[in-house]
Amino acid sequence: MTAVATAPTSTIAPASAANTSYPAVERAAVDASARGPVLFLFGNGILWLMLATVLGLITSIQLFSPGFLADVPFLSYGRIWPAFTNTLSFGWCSLAGLGVTIWLLARLGRVQVKFGSVIITGAVFWQVGLTYGIASILLGKTTGLEGLEIPTGSAVLMLVGYLLIALWAFLLFSFRSQTAPFISVWYLVAALFWFPWSFIMAHAAHVLPNVTGVVQNLVAAWATQNFLNIWLTSIGLATAYYLIPKVVNRPVHSYNLAAIGFWSFIIFTGLTGAVRLSGGPIPAWIVTLSIASSIVLLVQIVTVTANLVLTMGGQYHMVYHSPTIRFTFFGAIAFTVSSVVGLLASLRSVDRLVHFTQFQNGQMQLVVYSFFSMVIFGAIYYILPRLVGCEWLSSSMISLHFWGSAYGGGLVAASLLVGGLLTGSALSSPESESHFIQVMDISTLLVIARIGGWLMLGAGHLVFGLHFLLMLLRIGQPGGEPTLFAPIGEEEKH
Amino acid sequence: MNRSTYLLAGIVGSFALSAFALVLVPQWQLGSLQPQFAEDEGKVTDIYPIENRGVVHAGRAVYISEGCVYCHSQQVRDEQNGSDLDRGWGVRRTVARDYMFDSPPLLGSSRIGPDLANVGSEKWRNEPVDENAEFKPAKRDATWQLLHLYAPTTIVKDSKMPPYRYLFEKRKISGQRSVEALNVPTEEGYEIVPKPDAKALVGYLLSLDKSHPLKEVKTAKPEVAAK
Repeated sequence: MTAVATAPTSTIAPASAANTSYPAVERAAVDASARGPVLFLFGNGILWLMLATVLGLITSIQLFSPGFLADVPFLSYGRIWPAFTNTLSFGWCSLAGLGVTIWLLARLGRVQVKFGSVIITGAVFWQVGLTYGIASILLGKTTGLEGLEIPTGSAVLMLVGYLLIALWAFLLFSFRSQTAPFISVWYLVAALFWFPWSFIMAHAAHVLPNVTGVVQNLVAAWATQNFLNIWLTSIGLATAYYLIPKVVNRPVHSYNLAAIGFWSFIIFTGLTGAVRLSGGPIPAWIVTLSIASSIVLLVQIVTVTANLVLTMGGQYHMVYHSPTIRFTFFGAIAFTVSSVVGLLASLRSVDRLVHFTQFQNGQMQLVVYSFFSMVIFGAIYYILPRLVGCEWLSSSMISLHFWGSAYGGGLVAASLLVGGLLTGSALSSPESESHFIQVMDISTLLVIARIGGWLMLGAGHLVFGLHFLLMLLRIGQPGGEPTLFAPIGEEEKH
Repeated sequence: MNRSTYLLAGIVGSFALSAFALVLVPQWQLGSLQPQFAEDEGKVTDIYPIENRGVVHAGRAVYISEGCVYCHSQQVRDEQNGSDLDRGWGVRRTVARDYMFDSPPLLGSSRIGPDLANVGSEKWRNEPVDENAEFKPAKRDATWQLLHLYAPTTIVKDSKMPPYRYLFEKRKISGQRSVEALNVPTEEGYEIVPKPDAKALVGYLLSLDKSHPLKEVKTAKPEVAAK
């Protein structure tokens, strides 16, 4: 048997000696117990991804042609944009991320998911709340706080749903049959704990009467940062730390590096939120603290990157064979790139140029899409065959999805980053006499490029959605051998 | 203690640290802000800022509901942090006290359009209008604002702002033409008039003025700031 074919069924759970005997029967039972809830979370997440793609495309067209759909109140840019960001973050990212979380905790803890309907109920609550929230935004009823637009009533429903899912996840953690938790579990537990508290405090700060003025903005910025850089990043890294060793069939390079990376991450990321208000009307010490913490996070960027790259151990040919590795390793590299871009943007000298430009959205696009979503796609390619009992139908469809997502997402991010840098520098130069609108015209070509990026993303997502649907209908290759881009062994001969 | 106890303690501890530093301490520091009073012989002669009431309050709700905040910021940074003062978007940087009555403050994080922190200030209202535009009202007053909402590009050439025609209605002229009717071409016998939301929004925009001096921040001299 070849390396990749053995990898998924291999019993080498990354780097833990206690985990080496894990019979296939037991694994199959765990997968079977997780099937219902995980498929439900993935399937619904993908539906939200489709909606987010349509909304993202509309906003990108509106930035080029402001009159587009301007006469339909609920499709005007000021409402579509927050609907888009919330659909993407709370619909696609959170649901698909929770699906991966449940599966990973069950698999790593060697514990079956009991009463999976509780998780499904939780996901229903979450989505009823989210649907109501998105509809409210489109109808013009929002909190007015960026990143926290969903009205409090909807947020409460979402929270109830989340608590049901998270409770079940914590039970999987508590009843695990292994005592020493694997690296992925550290990140997942951190994510599950941080998200609700941050979400609750941010909404409370808006609702409580004695939290006045800019503290609301500060708490919203903090919660947004926590959402992106703790909730999504933790799940993304947990997934990468699981999948890369599994598929390349090597243990994680260093536990110590992983520990340094994790602890620096969890302690300092939570202090970086105020960089989003850099230069704004809040006391200067808060921003300084956040900038300093961003710089310390270089430790995490370096250790995590080194650890994942060394775990690959030079087996880069795997990205030609394994869809899981192609998506996941792309995501891992995007993690490094997005983190470095985020660090640079937090420095005062850079921030004064790029603050208020599209640069920040570009960095966000890197985190949410090129890093997190790509890793999650990799996980879905890995997990789904184990749940439905057949392998993906077509490697060309996976390939199409990859190119659409990698290049489309990259193009969207690059156009935002470059556009932000160009307009930011033009606005900042003291001798610039040019009118604001003439400055904005500099980035017109990039605005057009972004529409192209969204079209590519849309094509990739359509192919992916169709492929997922076929898997749900059990239309695929017979189970056993994973669907690869190229058979293993052939590539090495070249 | 086993390893997972350390793990959980560390995670809870890190959250507590984060919430303490970025939520609780700032709230203690800023939670008791008061407006600035100027007194003369025991009488209050000046209060800043004041609460949002009436049309300002209503217009603010429209601003939030239409998502203006996604393209327009309402904050002015000082020289070290950006070129806002050079661009004439204000005479001083904005500080926490400016926003103490706003729930939530509409600070904004993106500038696809210009900053609006001082869009209602006298200086801004008297600035020259766009010479290349189709319509050139003398001042940037309420009429200018309404026209700008209805058809941005007719008044600011190449504006990237979408037209907000749905905040206006086209109605048949009955008897005399309304004094509120916009000076734009439309079908014979009809006129374009602002709906209440448009009027409230313009009222709010014209109330935006953060040039009032505050003792905690230095105000630039007008000739330095003007450009």
